[in-house]
Amino acid sequence: MKEIVVLDVSPLTGHCDGSASPAWWGTLAFMLIEGTGFALAIVIYLYLMSLAPMWPIGVGPPDLGAGTVMTLLLATSLIPNLLVSRWAKQRVTLKVRIGLIFMSFFGIAPLVVRIFEFPAMHIKWDHNAYGSVVWLLLGLHTTHILTDLVETLVLTCLMFTRHGDNPRRFGDVGDNAMYWNFVVAAWIPIYVCIYWVPRL
Amino acid sequence: MKVVKLLLYLVLSGVAGCSGLQSALDVHGMPATHLKHLMTAFFWICAIVWLLVIVTLIYALVRSHTADASTQLDGPRTRIAVSGAVAATSVIITGLTIASFYTTRSIDTRMGDAITIAVKGEQWWWRVRYPNPDWVLEFETANEIHIPVGRDVRLQLESANVIHSFWVPSLAGKQDLVPGRSNTLLIRAERPGVYRGQCAEFCGLQHSHMGILVVAEDEASFSRWLASQRVVRSRTMDDEAAAGERVFLAKPCAACHTVRGTFATGISGPDLTHVGSRRTIGAGLLETTRGSLAAWIADPQTLKPGNNMPMVPLTSDELRQVSRYMDVLR
Amino acid sequence: MTVGSPERDTRDSRLTDSELQRQLAVTWGSAGGLWNALSNVDHKVIGRRYIVTAFVFLALGGVLSLAMRLQLSQPEARFIGPDRYNQIFTMHGTNMMFLFAVPVMEAMAVYLVPLMVGTRNIAFPRLNAFSYWMFLAGGILLWVAFAIDTGPDVGWFAYVPLAGPQYGTGKRADIWAQMITFTEISALAVSLELVVTILKQRAPGMALNRIPLFVWSILVTSFLVILAMPAIMIASTSLILDRLVGTHFFNPAEGGDVLLWQHLFWFFGHPEVYIIFLPAVGMVSTIIATFTQRPVFGYLAMVMALITTGVLAFGLWVHHMFVAGLPRLGASFFTASSMAIALPAGLQIFCWLATIWWGRPIFRTPFLFVLGFIFTFVIGGMTGVMVASVPFDTQVHDTYFVVAHFHYVLVGGALFPLLGAIYYWFPKFTGRMMSERLGKWVFGLIVLGFNLTFFPMHILGLQGMPRRIYTYQPEMPWGGLNMFISLSALILTTGFLLFFIDVIRSARHGKSAGANPWRASTLEWATPSPPPCYNFQRIPVVGDSTPVWTDCEVLTVASGLRVDRRELLITGVVDASPEARESSPDHSVWPFWTAIATALVLIWSIFTPWAVVWGAVPVATALTGWFWPKGKPEDES
Repeated sequence: MKEIVVLDVSPLTGHCDGSASPAWWGTLAFMLIEGTGFALAIVIYLYLMSLAPMWPIGVGPPDLGAGTVMTLLLATSLIPNLLVSRWAKQRVTLKVRIGLIFMSFFGIAPLVVRIFEFPAMHIKWDHNAYGSVVWLLLGLHTTHILTDLVETLVLTCLMFTRHGDNPRRFGDVGDNAMYWNFVVAAWIPIYVCIYWVPRL
Repeated sequence: MKVVKLLLYLVLSGVAGCSGLQSALDVHGMPATHLKHLMTAFFWICAIVWLLVIVTLIYALVRSHTADASTQLDGPRTRIAVSGAVAATSVIITGLTIASFYTTRSIDTRMGDAITIAVKGEQWWWRVRYPNPDWVLEFETANEIHIPVGRDVRLQLESANVIHSFWVPSLAGKQDLVPGRSNTLLIRAERPGVYRGQCAEFCGLQHSHMGILVVAEDEASFSRWLASQRVVRSRTMDDEAAAGERVFLAKPCAACHTVRGTFATGISGPDLTHVGSRRTIGAGLLETTRGSLAAWIADPQTLKPGNNMPMVPLTSDELRQVSRYMDVLR
Repeated sequence: MTVGSPERDTRDSRLTDSELQRQLAVTWGSAGGLWNALSNVDHKVIGRRYIVTAFVFLALGGVLSLAMRLQLSQPEARFIGPDRYNQIFTMHGTNMMFLFAVPVMEAMAVYLVPLMVGTRNIAFPRLNAFSYWMFLAGGILLWVAFAIDTGPDVGWFAYVPLAGPQYGTGKRADIWAQMITFTEISALAVSLELVVTILKQRAPGMALNRIPLFVWSILVTSFLVILAMPAIMIASTSLILDRLVGTHFFNPAEGGDVLLWQHLFWFFGHPEVYIIFLPAVGMVSTIIATFTQRPVFGYLAMVMALITTGVLAFGLWVHHMFVAGLPRLGASFFTASSMAIALPAGLQIFCWLATIWWGRPIFRTPFLFVLGFIFTFVIGGMTGVMVASVPFDTQVHDTYFVVAHFHYVLVGGALFPLLGAIYYWFPKFTGRMMSERLGKWVFGLIVLGFNLTFFPMHILGLQGMPRRIYTYQPEMPWGGLNMFISLSALILTTGFLLFFIDVIRSARHGKSAGANPWRASTLEWATPSPPPCYNFQRIPVVGDSTPVWTDCEVLTVASGLRVDRRELLITGVVDASPEARESSPDHSVWPFWTAIATALVLIWSIFTPWAVVWGAVPVATALTGWFWPKGKPEDES
């Protein structure tokens, strides 16, 4: 088959950022998968609640303290996250490095708070279905924070190597920041569900 | 086409009627009759639609093709034909939906008071209880439900182990027995007869051998049966049966089975007070005869592998005596 | 090249065709050897492995069904005991759904979609390699478990409490639940790749209204996977937690609920049917267009029907629970929604009929399979309307009527188109034609054998035969039909044997195919058969929806891509206007190691929850190795 060249793509850039890039769409699809998972976990919570004669089963509602600190902490983390994302867009290596170190701490801190959240439920996972579902919700979200933390740590190390100063890395940092926003956003309905729905 | 004809033949000629026992097409109860009418309507409508599609396809394949076909493909005639077919489809499915809805409603219509019978699914048999406010009149039996003809019977369906499904197709559609929930199923037999059913939800190793019989009889016979079941085990026994009772009570049998009137009060197995009067043993496995009883007691695991009754070692005399005893428990 | 500046050397603009092909082969190719085979990320190589593996599982599943037919051929037969039989039917269903039907459809998409949209590799090719290894590991786990008598025995939808901690003792149900995790990870990964490939890597000019219908069907299917699979992920995780660490999600005694499992399972399970069926619909559209030499009538209507089916698929799950004792009102709603799905299905059938009506049918094997599909699938659709009705369903639910119904839908509706698609695309996969003479025999035996085997099951169901029984008593009137079915299954088996013989023979000795043996219209036919590792020597530029028909001598293309690194074209989501040249990841063995590490965690976690903690370390290490830049040209920008 004879080929006729009708288009010259050489002027295009050799890398694309943001919503143009496949990585961005991949992250979005990944968030859609996880978001559906979270939504279903919340549906399980509400479903079991609708069947139970009283809710929570056998205990009082969870203590608000740790969960609320968690919410505030995650909300605060959005500010450095936004900054990192902006610096990545501007491709300022030094600021991105510092920002990523900050974000690594903002990944570790919620894990520390989480340690206090589990006992605040006043119930173990194997006690009854209420215990099972709150532990499931907290467990899922902890896994979520953990995965993003590991990614952030690897990315931070990477930024200090010779591979760091590369538009591709800045793109990765941008996608990682977007994912952290999702980690924070996913927490809000879980927080409301675990801490406030039993008080309604 | 041949196979479709076969089904047509089945639906029309009532071949299924000859098949007797356990068939959704051989109906003897109110809900099942409504269901059969609905199924016949669905069958005809669907068969006609299928034929129309296939005839169109065959014609489209063999017709001679004109030169201007390519311009016709997107032409208005095609659009109208396709839209018309879609519209017809939507009319048909709307009609079928409405028909389903009304069938459900008519099945749920009750006539007068209903008798309530509690049915519990076990692995792998049916525990049947005839509740009565006066506990002396209450009794338990297994794998055989007696009902009076022409009266509504409300089956209260529960399970304490896994999910089972109660299905006696000649009388009504099926209903699951779900642990933690209580379901009900309304049945009404229009004619006397013995209707077979079996568990329809996979429930483990012996799901295949979990049959149940519904015996529909006239009001007088039903009352007689009720009365006969309420009494404790028969006292008139020959020597062999009496010896059998002694063996039964001495061996582990009594740990799982109840024979009212003796100190055998186990509840994990079926109540045997009137086991000899029941048509089958092993949940529809074998017809009740002294021989089948002996065979079952001698080696339950070969007849129904995996069931919960262990083999209790008996001498041949003991086996003869126990089977005689079971046989006279009528 | 020895002349010119390095900048110009790395572009395809000035190279002669033969020089360009040589350069691209160096950049995109892979040398032989085991190591290179493990690290290969070419979508065609992965796709081929996927397809072959899935067909191996089909054959194994087929052997299981023959074992069942042997046992059921006469009442109270003692060929297979209840314990083994329960494993066999569970394995048959699980294997066919999770290891054959879904993966094979995705495999076809993995191979074909990048070619059909005119790009050089699938998006996230390493994830693609990873997904294959996960799929393979899941399949091996299941079959090894079966071989050592630990195969799941709780039915392919593993209803609790039978699959719960109390009644499903041993590790059998855990094997089932964890096998689900393997296949769901691989399915989610593939769907994500396909969505991004279709949205971002289409050839310039392939606007949304020019995407081939097969690619549309894959796009909708991938979204179904993304939205449905998390339900089974949550469900199987909760089941394992109930079994392993004593949670109570499904335990009614402690506030859990038995029907919660059914809701979660079928919220995934019903879309699953469309995950299998929609790609088949795409195959049918493709084959009809080629063998009538007309574009399928009603492109927009066809696309809308696909999307509508996808949306409705999430509103039907309760029709699997009509006899579980749910409130009547809810059940009536689900009757209506289940019936409504007949509309998009009907619309597609009518559009195909219109296309055949105005086209000139060419009766080759792929087209015959499409005719077999319409004949058979419409019966399945009709019985589908029947089981959608609550009252009707109370009589046929969990009987052989339903067994007949879903085999008509899945075999008639998906396997027949797939076999047609294998005959159709085999020349593209291998460069060789399959035998037309054998193909007609295969078609005849399979379609006849299938209908003789499965049609009588409708009657058995109405006569009261429940599904999943390992035997039945002699006094039941089912013996004759069961013997007939078992004998008919032999005809069906002969058809499949011939098919496999044809495939193996043709792959070696088939007659040479050429680039476009069927005079088809889509882009995969614009490159040699089998396609070179770089798919297209230059990326095609598309002006309409049938680019290869428009002018079969000339292909409009784009130039200016670098050839010294793996580079492909990123285009806009809607209009496919060129946006950037982007690199595509190189071969890597890390996806293989990641899959090994993940598989170990998942299998280990059947035995102890700590596996998840300790196993996370090798998984994280392997992932870091995967993503760590290696300083190759692909990392440049």
